[in-house]
Amino acid sequence: MSTQTPHAPSGRELRQRRRARQIAEHASGGILSLIIKIALIAVVDAISLFALFVAMTQRQWIVFAVVLVIAAVVNVVYFTRGWLPAKYLTPGLVFLLIFQVFVIGYTGYIAFTNYGTGHNSTKEDAVMALVQSAQERVPDSPAYDLTVLEQLGNYSFLVTAPDGTVSVGDDDTPLSSVGDAEMSGGVAVGLPGYTSLDFAGILEHQKEIAAMTVQISDDPNDGALRTPDGSKAYLYVSTLEYDEAAGTMTDTETGTVYSDTGVGAFTAESGEQLMPGWSINVGVENFTKAFTEQSIRGPLISVTIWTFAFALLSVLTTFALGLFLAIVFNDMRMKGRKLYRVVMILPYAFPGFLGALVWAGLLNRDFGFVNDVLFGGAAIPWLTNTWLAKLSILWVNLWLGFPYMFLVCTGALQSIPDELTEAATVDGAKPFAVFRLIKLPLLLVSIAPLLISSFAFNFNNFNLIYMLTEGGPRDAAAGINVGGTDILISMVYKVAFDGATSDYGLASAFSIIIFVVVALVAIISFKQTKALEDLN
Amino acid sequence: MTVKKNPILALGAMTAVAALALTGCSSGGSDEASEKDGSTTLTVWVDADRAPVLKDVAAAFEDESGIKVKLVQKDFGKIQEQFVQQVPTGKGPDITIGAHDWLGDFVTNGVVQPIELGDTAGDFQDVAITAMSYDGKTYGVPYSIESIALLRNTELAPEAPASYDDMVQMGTDAGTEFPFLVQVGEESDPYHLYPFQTSFGAPVFGTNDDGSYNSDDLQIGNDGGIEFANWLAEQGAAGLLPTTVDGDIAKEKFVSGDSPFLITGPWNVGAAEEAGIDLAVDPIPAPGSGPAQPFVGVQGFYVSAKSKNVLAATEFLTNYIGTKDVQLELYKVGNRAPALTAAFDEASADPITAAFGEVGANGVPMPNIPEMGAVWQYWGVTEADIINGKGDPAELWTTMADDIQSAIDGE
Repeated sequence: MSTQTPHAPSGRELRQRRRARQIAEHASGGILSLIIKIALIAVVDAISLFALFVAMTQRQWIVFAVVLVIAAVVNVVYFTRGWLPAKYLTPGLVFLLIFQVFVIGYTGYIAFTNYGTGHNSTKEDAVMALVQSAQERVPDSPAYDLTVLEQLGNYSFLVTAPDGTVSVGDDDTPLSSVGDAEMSGGVAVGLPGYTSLDFAGILEHQKEIAAMTVQISDDPNDGALRTPDGSKAYLYVSTLEYDEAAGTMTDTETGTVYSDTGVGAFTAESGEQLMPGWSINVGVENFTKAFTEQSIRGPLISVTIWTFAFALLSVLTTFALGLFLAIVFNDMRMKGRKLYRVVMILPYAFPGFLGALVWAGLLNRDFGFVNDVLFGGAAIPWLTNTWLAKLSILWVNLWLGFPYMFLVCTGALQSIPDELTEAATVDGAKPFAVFRLIKLPLLLVSIAPLLISSFAFNFNNFNLIYMLTEGGPRDAAAGINVGGTDILISMVYKVAFDGATSDYGLASAFSIIIFVVVALVAIISFKQTKALEDLN
Repeated sequence: MTVKKNPILALGAMTAVAALALTGCSSGGSDEASEKDGSTTLTVWVDADRAPVLKDVAAAFEDESGIKVKLVQKDFGKIQEQFVQQVPTGKGPDITIGAHDWLGDFVTNGVVQPIELGDTAGDFQDVAITAMSYDGKTYGVPYSIESIALLRNTELAPEAPASYDDMVQMGTDAGTEFPFLVQVGEESDPYHLYPFQTSFGAPVFGTNDDGSYNSDDLQIGNDGGIEFANWLAEQGAAGLLPTTVDGDIAKEKFVSGDSPFLITGPWNVGAAEEAGIDLAVDPIPAPGSGPAQPFVGVQGFYVSAKSKNVLAATEFLTNYIGTKDVQLELYKVGNRAPALTAAFDEASADPITAAFGEVGANGVPMPNIPEMGAVWQYWGVTEADIINGKGDPAELWTTMADDIQSAIDGE
């Protein structure tokens, strides 16, 4: 009865034990996750350290600072109690920084430079490249057999002329003949007091040796010996002289002086420029060029109109067809809906650029399937008549784009409660009225943002235009490199990258302009969508 | 709770920082030349087809000289742009493979340096050295030359045509769908039509004494050019140069025996042979009074302007790439005629290579000056319009020449 076993746990003890167990459990789980956390952060820090080290050896101080700050932020965020939102947001923010902010910022920076063909590096590099390619071999001069000599860290050329004369010289002393050279097979291979370098030795100091110029006589205009491979020396004269103090290049043949006039290249008084130049900041020049240069300004208006028409019509046609099909295939009475739906989505599974290429073949005037089979061999110029080409572009884009609209509309339609339709029907509304007054407005609330993004996408739909018509057809008599189906982005591509010349500065400026246009359209459209939402 | 969720977040953060670190590396790391002195490493950019050949050459070179060659495989089509972008940053290779018509762009951007071939320059075919030269200096070691020629289906046309009219006649007699085939396309193909144009004495640019092109001397609009334009209009009206025939269609029609002739390069020989067509290669018949000279494309190797291993690079190119054996190996993987005369003579055992080589040796290098960009812009469209009878041929041709001139002046 009252023989209470002293060791039997009381209710209180039980509670305490349970709590203890809970704490232990919690703590051990905490320790495990803590270890994982520390391990992961350690990996992050190790990689950051490595990146810091690399950045430091490369003297990339901006990269260094950015990596340092991000690594510090990550450590602080994950080792501080609390700051829960930061723990969630940090990874996303880091990605945003790398893939969005950095890219946009860099584009913005490039837009204010003349970076492009002929201006793709620093002034230092340009000087080096100019001096390098200004070395001209003296016509009909012989090849000298060469042995590179070393004495106390200084290098000399020991050369044997084709007539057997042996001479020695270095950077500061012109060639002078020597008599006591060690010969081997008619070629001087050594000189007392000097060490002859073998090929490995030459390679070890190839930077210095490749830069050596040994004057052939006291007169610098006679030229100097240089070696391209360490075993032969040739006589060169330099056609350009760089005056470091004055910062000018002088053509030794004509005497023309080229100076840095602030346009990113050595320029003569006549306006003639030496290429390569270097990249400089040009301010808003690229932006003014975008509106004033004849090759751009001429077709700009018509191209802009067509770009808007193309983007707008593409969205409308794909949306209309997608919505229509979505409604049809949403009808429960239809048999085999799933199969049809799969078939409908096929064009979406097809890579867009491939689809465009295939369509270009199908629409070929003489050999395409469309003319050959569907139109019984008629020669309809689908891609070579301006208006038909525009139609073809819209048609192919409809084919490529409707499955997406079909998918999103199907999803949106299914989320509209059937009760609304039923209630309307009971109230005596006709099916079309139900669609127009109830389904469409509800649908638009969720679809409108997608329509706007689809507009933005098509506004820059470079792939389609380039794969289908390359912007053509072009009118050869018009004298501009812009065709009937060129949209802004493909026109920019043609202007900025014609042939081998590329103008990244202009291209960046244009992308910023296009970005602003698309952003404005998007902002206005989103405002409208908000109104739509309020309405409901 | 918060503690338990952290690993996932930390994982995300790790990926982020890893990505950042990688960006850091790619924007700053892997500078081969900055390795310590003593262990010289040459970095060579090469395309996938030529990489296996160069691998053996590199191994032999390393054995003999102790210089390591690191081959980096690149997509040939992307090399030009990447080389121009990466050399200034110091991350580019020491040597890159390339086409000769990139040279103008390379020199304008200051990313290549002249190479001294010394006395070995005479061992290469003249057209290859001219192609690899810019402003009187040689910038690359060539390894192959290629050009278009006339491919003949010997079953349909047993004899080589003596003239252009002869070819059309033979083609018509053969009773096939097309008397002859050449790829034109909706914006025309000036490269494939160029032999016809040169036969009228209308090259794009005049040449200097040393064979290089003079960009101040635009020749395309001369009287020969007008004559060519009129000829184009005639052929277009006769339906001989349909602009709907692009490269793929031309090849397909020739392979299926729809024409006895196809004007094309060595790249289509394989497909025709596979289809069992008995091939012969002839010079392109000239419609004008001069010789029909096609453009010649030359491939070779360039040395970066910022290479810190110039001597090693020169040694590798002149004494290894420039040898007969290597040139023959490179010929075997691409079927392009070797640029080294000795190697070419040996490769000429194959009649098709010999015939292509002969046509190429009489061709003219494709201009490697940057002004060529302005020419391509207007050239094809105008040809297409003339062929399709859209306006007076002489007028269209003159407008084109003026447009090209003003585009060159504007640059």
